[in-house]
Amino acid sequence: MSVDLEKYNFTQKHLLGLADYSADDIRFVLEQAKYFREILDRPVPKVPTLRDKTIVNLFYENSTRTRLSFELAQKRMGADVVNFSASTSSTKKGESLKDTIQNISSMKIDMVVVRHESPGVPHFLTQCVDAAILNAGDGAHEHPTQALLDMFTMQQIHPELKGKKIAIIGDIAYSRVVRSNIIGLTKLGAEVVICGPKTLMPVFVEDLGVTVSHNLEETLAWCDIAMALRIQLERQGKGTELFPSLREYHERFGIKLSHLEKYPDFKIMHPGPINRGVEMESEVADSDRAIILNQVTNGVAVRMAVLYLLSGGNRV
Amino acid sequence: MLLKNLRPVSKEHNGKDTIDIRIQDGKISEIGKSLKAEKGEDAHDFEGAYVSPGWMDMHIHLREPGYEHKETIKTGCAAAAFGGFTAVACMPNTQPATHTRDVVEYIIKKGNETPVDVHPIGCVTKDRAGKSIAEMGDMKDGGAVAFSDDGDPVYDSQVMRVALEYSSMLGMPIINHEEDLALSRPGHMNEGRVSTRLGLDGTPSIAEETMIARDILLAEYTGGHIHVAHISTKGAVDLVREGKKKGINVTTEVCAHHFDLTDEEIEKQKFNTNFKMHPPLRTQEDVDAMIEGLVDGTIDVICTDHAPHAIEEKEVEFIYAPNGIIGLETAWSISNMRLFKTKKLDLQQLVEKLCYSPRKILNLEVPALEEGAQANLTFFNTDEEWTFDPKNVRSKSKNSPYLNKKLTGRAVGIFNRGELVINELR
Repeated sequence: MSVDLEKYNFTQKHLLGLADYSADDIRFVLEQAKYFREILDRPVPKVPTLRDKTIVNLFYENSTRTRLSFELAQKRMGADVVNFSASTSSTKKGESLKDTIQNISSMKIDMVVVRHESPGVPHFLTQCVDAAILNAGDGAHEHPTQALLDMFTMQQIHPELKGKKIAIIGDIAYSRVVRSNIIGLTKLGAEVVICGPKTLMPVFVEDLGVTVSHNLEETLAWCDIAMALRIQLERQGKGTELFPSLREYHERFGIKLSHLEKYPDFKIMHPGPINRGVEMESEVADSDRAIILNQVTNGVAVRMAVLYLLSGGNRV
Repeated sequence: MLLKNLRPVSKEHNGKDTIDIRIQDGKISEIGKSLKAEKGEDAHDFEGAYVSPGWMDMHIHLREPGYEHKETIKTGCAAAAFGGFTAVACMPNTQPATHTRDVVEYIIKKGNETPVDVHPIGCVTKDRAGKSIAEMGDMKDGGAVAFSDDGDPVYDSQVMRVALEYSSMLGMPIINHEEDLALSRPGHMNEGRVSTRLGLDGTPSIAEETMIARDILLAEYTGGHIHVAHISTKGAVDLVREGKKKGINVTTEVCAHHFDLTDEEIEKQKFNTNFKMHPPLRTQEDVDAMIEGLVDGTIDVICTDHAPHAIEEKEVEFIYAPNGIIGLETAWSISNMRLFKTKKLDLQQLVEKLCYSPRKILNLEVPALEEGAQANLTFFNTDEEWTFDPKNVRSKSKNSPYLNKKLTGRAVGIFNRGELVINELR
């Protein structure tokens, strides 16, 4: 590692996306997260570091895991937490996002965690209020805490990610998880292959620094870690179908038990929620090769670290 | 009235001479050197600014009737005058749509209260619904100069065929917003490297090009005149160039922002919605092709697609923000900086794109810079540095990517309809 973490001066005010974070910023956050991960294993998994902070979770899109994970992280650090959720349609008709955030901010909020279907909303909020903004997913743009927790989980297997071979499989075009992961992983020197049907790849995706494959077999033979992405079933049947059927998708891009036997080394990740029988067979998700539930646990620790650093704390 | 120290640019004048112009009863009564003001005569010294026949922006949105919170005919014409335009053609996406003669006449009547000639463009189809053609003949008689369904392309090929055939009988062009919606929706920016990075749904260049290809074929088949609205891609310029070579009646226009800005801006400007418009900002390759098309004559006209939106409409999430930016007030500066200062076009060629070509396409008389002609003039310079400060905005809306930007070259005034408008900076 090139960064002297003992002396590192972390200067970020927000977490809008990993695009704005340097490799050293990312390493520093991941290093801090180790401490919070240990706390989670204590009999009383709490620290009072945010007890003077008030945080609002602003969720304009449905979320179970990310929202719960942020809220747990906040509560384990003693923060006062308020939740706001709104269907985008109702706010489109009524109060504008700018008015909403300025009203909430007037109630003396220190940090805002936001999820929204429109790319750029976290950036927009920084222009409306002074609070620290944490992106919990903006459209298909970025989901930086997910990528950080993914990298944290990978580092538990491979402490040095440089040169490690990471495959990301599935719906690349509509995934915010994949964009943040590609940015983070390539900054840390990992090799990334994205694998899936051509119709789920955005244009010029190679420019992000990845190699494209449409062959799952070759990809699994190559990789150290395979991360399958959720196929968004809710998109099926709306507009033009981008692949023929879930059956054909599973046949060509689903991870099967037979792959685990054939390629004995790679680990399996998934940002959830899993469509069992689509992205992977049930037995694969439940196998000891899957580190999917580790991701979920680590998510709380990584979010604690991010909240701590953006609340003004420098290092633990 | 005496207008002093002007350098004329027109088909006949190359901007090298310095002249004075005397105007009486709205007409140019005398052109000469060192004319003396008569007793009681107003004189205005332009200190070497250029003068040309008045410019026309053939693609703007005045928003009236229906959307007066964005712009009115009065404020839109004030913006036009500030940009050096003595004439505009306004798009029919009003409420009610400009699809009948009475709306056409209402707009003209309101326009007559301003120093700017307002030429309404009527709808191709009733309610801009794309189903059946509107009363084109009646609208022509009321003063409409072209037909367009504006932001909505005429999507049905048979409707477009009928529209081209019918309008060719009237000697009028069809202006189409060229977009294959099946390919483009729900696009929020150009589809390319930047949209991939930002996770925004993209509008691919092929959505524009497939529609242009169809319309050129239909124009060839019907003998109609297709005017390709706000061209924005390299492939589109190639298609129009080929069409013109074959002798097909196809013309086109480009917005100033499309030969200046690229999609990279949306990333640099952190999703600033004043960089969101339709067609979207494209790539550098496309920008270069716009300039090449202007130089070789493929692109006939410089326009703005001036599209005012209220602050509360634009200050929203990127994907909810309406498309469009204002442009009347900055078009000359951008043209000057990107085309004249870079020696791509000389002033006579620029005046061709800003004055002669739009009127030729719309079958309007081109103002003359000669004694006895109606005084319809634009005054402009090429070296003045100024800032497009919000308080200098004459439009009712301020949704411009050039807000607070330093610009070079300014339209300093117009004379039209018997009125001298001097554009003072505030």
